[in-house]
Amino acid sequence: MSQSTEVNVVGYTVEKEYQGMIDAYEKAGGDKRVLQTKDVAKLVVHENKVLANDPIKGLKIETKETKSGVSVKLTVEEGAKIARPVHLCFGLLPKEGLQEIIMKVDAQDNSQVSVIAHCIFPNAVKVIHKMDADIEIGANARFDYKETHYHGEDGGIEVIPKAKVKVNKGGIWQSTFALSQGMVGKLDYDFEVFCQEKAIAELTVKVYGKGTDDIKIMEKIHLNGAGARGLAKSRVVLGDKARAEVRGETYGNAPYARGHVDCIELVNGTEAVARAIPIVSVTNDKAKVTHEAAIGSIDRKQVETLMARGLDEDKAVDVIVKGILR
Amino acid sequence: MLDVAKLELTLNGKPIINDLSLHVDKGEIHGILGENGTGKTTIANLIMGTNNYKPTAGKIIFEGQDISGLSVSERAQKGITLAWQEPARVEGLTVRDYLRLSSRNGQADQPERFLLMVGLEPAQYMDRDIDATLSGGERKRIEMASVLAMRPKLAILDEPDSGIDIVALPLLLNSIIEMNKQGSSVLLITHSERVTEISHRVSILCAGTIIRTGPPAESSQWFKDNCQTCLHINEPEH
Repeated sequence: MSQSTEVNVVGYTVEKEYQGMIDAYEKAGGDKRVLQTKDVAKLVVHENKVLANDPIKGLKIETKETKSGVSVKLTVEEGAKIARPVHLCFGLLPKEGLQEIIMKVDAQDNSQVSVIAHCIFPNAVKVIHKMDADIEIGANARFDYKETHYHGEDGGIEVIPKAKVKVNKGGIWQSTFALSQGMVGKLDYDFEVFCQEKAIAELTVKVYGKGTDDIKIMEKIHLNGAGARGLAKSRVVLGDKARAEVRGETYGNAPYARGHVDCIELVNGTEAVARAIPIVSVTNDKAKVTHEAAIGSIDRKQVETLMARGLDEDKAVDVIVKGILR
Repeated sequence: MLDVAKLELTLNGKPIINDLSLHVDKGEIHGILGENGTGKTTIANLIMGTNNYKPTAGKIIFEGQDISGLSVSERAQKGITLAWQEPARVEGLTVRDYLRLSSRNGQADQPERFLLMVGLEPAQYMDRDIDATLSGGERKRIEMASVLAMRPKLAILDEPDSGIDIVALPLLLNSIIEMNKQGSSVLLITHSERVTEISHRVSILCAGTIIRTGPPAESSQWFKDNCQTCLHINEPEH
């Protein structure tokens, strides 16, 4: 671990790694003020070191540094409505290393929070970032989770986010995982959600694979309670020799459960390989689960529409790709 | 402004466009009136360079230069654009971004006014994606708004009235007239003689060739009398 040196940024004491994380986040297009403002709830972790832990009323963040990462327990107290998004920032600035995040989330009944996670690995050549999350959303609680990755151009990174999410009666889980800046490297995403009565789960994954990126995505939703609803959505764009396999599974196990699997993979190049495996299963005669999966090249008419407004072909493709990953 | 001379297109051995010649003056709205299957959309594609159509013979001259070998982008950068009969949907692209990237003046333009010109309320549409959540008619009007934002020298409008309801049609036609007043020439392709009423001249298309050109009222009457009742579509010798 590198030696920490204290610096001062806008009256707020941070460490050298913290400044490095902020700089990398800003370079990737993020608004660094959210990581510098004291009244925004946040957790900043570099490698296995907690650099900042600023909870807020109604939200507890407990951390424990481990040999290879950090164990985090995030509790949203019963009935708490957290007005501003909570920011989690995980990263590793050196070229090599391992970061394992063990995450436990307890969003208690009737609580509401939006969490934005920034995962920053700008220099990765041989880096592994793992997250194992155990998440419970209380009755009538709402938890929005958006995880955005910022990688460098080397592609020497392995990202392994795994989560088991239980959504209790009337609760809502919405998550978006986005990895479209820099090289993906190797991604093995695996989220599984269990929905109770009238609970809602929406999983979205957006990934842009290039070079020799290797992408595996698994979104699995179990609609176990009456009236539960689920959406497993994925948008993947592949160029060069990138490969992707997307599995979207939804199981309708209760009356009036409604689920949908929606997968689009665009292949922009002759050597990229895309695969989609949707599974829809119903074990209750009043449940309904549907799916749509489309794999193909970027639609020529879309490209020509933008070219007819004066964009050159590369820029037109770029607009379409950014749109689908937005 | 636009001179199409002896244009031909043969696909899979079948002639689609035959010895077609057409002249559009600067500042003119020129109607092309034809029944289904006579080659209207093919002409639009050939002039814009879309759908990978390349003339088998003939020339397309725009402002004195043969543009047949130019890409779609290069033609657009010269000031030509096309509004498709069935516009594409682009997931994740908002109406605001579409109008901005279409606009010749980029950020300086207020895209809201182009939506208002086609009868769409900006507050309801600006931040919506151009995707399947829009109806065909809404999508057509947004396509027209993007052409207005571009302020082209030549706008090719392929069936601008299709999918447009009877209330919105006058608004759409007015927006074409307004665009023309602001300096754009228009090639107005349609099967509806009502739409061609706003044209300065109207050409009748049959079997991939122009069989006559004249004032709108005269051409429309000729079209009604001869084309709408014709049992020999695409057989102009009849």
